[in-house]
Amino acid sequence: MEKNKLTPWLYLLPAIVFLGAFMVYPLIDVFIYSFEEGYNSASQTYFGVGGYNYSYVLHDPYFLQALKNTFILVIITVPVSTALALVISAGLASVKPLRDLYQTVYFLPYVTNTLAVGLVFMILFKKTPYSDGLINLLINMFGGQSVDFIDGPYWAKMFVLCFYTVWVVMPFKILILTSALASVDRNYYNAAKVDGTSKMRIFTKITLPMISPMIFYLVITGFIGAFKAYSDAVALFGTDLNAAQMNTIVGYIYDMLYGDSGGYPSYASAAAIILFAVVLTITCINLIISKNKVHH
Amino acid sequence: MKVVLQNLTKIFPPRNKKSGGGVVAVNNFNFEFPDGKLIGLLGPSGCGKSTALNLISGLLKPTEGNIFFGEKDVTNLPAENRGVGLVFQNYALYPHLTVKQNITFPLENFKGKDRLTREQMDKKAYEAAKLVQIENLMDRKPHELSGGQQQRVAIARALVKMPCVLLLDEPLSNLDARLRLQTREELKRIQQETGITTVFVTHDQEEAMSISDMIVVMKDGVINQTGKPQEVYDNPKNLFVAKFLGTPPISVFDGQVTGGKLIVNGDEILDVPGTEDRQVKVGIRPEGFVPCVTGKMKCTLSGIEVMGRDMSVISRNPACENPVIRAIVPADTRIDTSSAEIKFDIKPGKIFLFDHETGERIY
Repeated sequence: MEKNKLTPWLYLLPAIVFLGAFMVYPLIDVFIYSFEEGYNSASQTYFGVGGYNYSYVLHDPYFLQALKNTFILVIITVPVSTALALVISAGLASVKPLRDLYQTVYFLPYVTNTLAVGLVFMILFKKTPYSDGLINLLINMFGGQSVDFIDGPYWAKMFVLCFYTVWVVMPFKILILTSALASVDRNYYNAAKVDGTSKMRIFTKITLPMISPMIFYLVITGFIGAFKAYSDAVALFGTDLNAAQMNTIVGYIYDMLYGDSGGYPSYASAAAIILFAVVLTITCINLIISKNKVHH
Repeated sequence: MKVVLQNLTKIFPPRNKKSGGGVVAVNNFNFEFPDGKLIGLLGPSGCGKSTALNLISGLLKPTEGNIFFGEKDVTNLPAENRGVGLVFQNYALYPHLTVKQNITFPLENFKGKDRLTREQMDKKAYEAAKLVQIENLMDRKPHELSGGQQQRVAIARALVKMPCVLLLDEPLSNLDARLRLQTREELKRIQQETGITTVFVTHDQEEAMSISDMIVVMKDGVINQTGKPQEVYDNPKNLFVAKFLGTPPISVFDGQVTGGKLIVNGDEILDVPGTEDRQVKVGIRPEGFVPCVTGKMKCTLSGIEVMGRDMSVISRNPACENPVIRAIVPADTRIDTSSAEIKFDIKPGKIFLFDHETGERIY
């Protein structure tokens, strides 16, 4: 009897040990750090306990800038990339010739190295002494003024960052949506067709509800992914993101830990907990909304 | 409305273009489905009956030939504009919509002057639901219904727009045996109440025989025989039709016609005057065997099974193609089970002779 009770725990042991050591313990630790003022990881000392770290972070203009950037990024890229991916996969589902080629083309960004992609975006957008970049050449062609996308005005930099993010996250969404579309039973379409349903109505009344669980999944993971954005900004604007006004929350956390202004694990922990709270709230809101809209 | 198929042919292109060929699913189909009747399209799996149905619905385009609804040529009319009702084998009810929304779905597609108000739609949906007796399930989702109820919803959805033709693809094959019996009676009743020309596809000959006004027996994309179920049963045109219809199945023997006598396994069992001497296949319906001590056909008795009103006598004969011969006789027939041999007389109308090679009926 004793042995029987023990066996399942024995099976679970490896998972419990690893998850406990590398996920649960750090999580709790971060939570504790965030309430310890001026924690020093070398001497393991702190001055006191309280909400000071949160108050500091929330009054730090760099953090507020990072928060603003992250929110703009999330609000623009998640809907845009999901909607575009939906349009493209619906298109892919309806073309017959060269479908495999298109699918490969749309999937390429997924397997391409981030830095290589960053380089391509450099060529597209960066102003150098020799060239204004491909996009500026296009703008000039249509009679517009050159814009410095990498070191120029805030909106231009934000545009590049959003564009880049959308471009990078699209392949995965297209992949998921294409397979979701392919898994809808053809009979539903046939039934609708025989009943004289227009293409648009078939799409909105049958296709969309059928693939809604997948869309929902993409929106949730999209939100979480966009909130965690950091490397994209580095690839485009370099490591000094605060100077470029392009920092993100994760970037801020990194800077607080290891950056030039680093060595403040308490502030970093507080910022991390704030990010956690934001993501949790958004996900919960998503779940509540989806209850009525998603058909499982 | 009558439906006329003229020289209808459907060839599916080969998967691999180099290998050539392609599959002829429906081959030169000529038939007129009479107005207001229930017609069973019957055949073994893969004989092209579902393809024929999809050609009528417009979901498939014929390779050759024409389809007429009444006098109107609808061959090139897309499925959307044909106005047929179609019930799928797996029902294809939209899982995210309620029963009511499923039934009103076709009505919401009406445009222009045909457009209905919400009240009219609700009224029509209710009438259709009442016809199939599901009016108390209107707010359920399909997954909350049993198979039989889903089937009814599917029929209601197909009927609600008052289609000119109702097509059903294996409508009963997903139901359990008891429900199948009940639903097929329902189908007959619904068809008679609405008077809509109804074509249903089935591989179950019993189902087709029991409710159809007319059956079309298909094999390998070709119509083998058409007619009233009983006529086709009593008068099969070839060996395939004879074998396909009837439970238990017809017993088939190798036989020989010599001098106007039919000989099976050395026994002269029937006079067939005017038939030339030749090798034949002999088909005898289970009810065509009459046990009789003076019978001409000798078989080895294996056993008897009494099933209420009837009894089946199981015997063997070396000339028989079937593993055993099943004869259906009234339960009060006296049979000497201690004897290893049983003799049968053959009822004249229950025996058919077919060409040994082609299977065409010769007597």
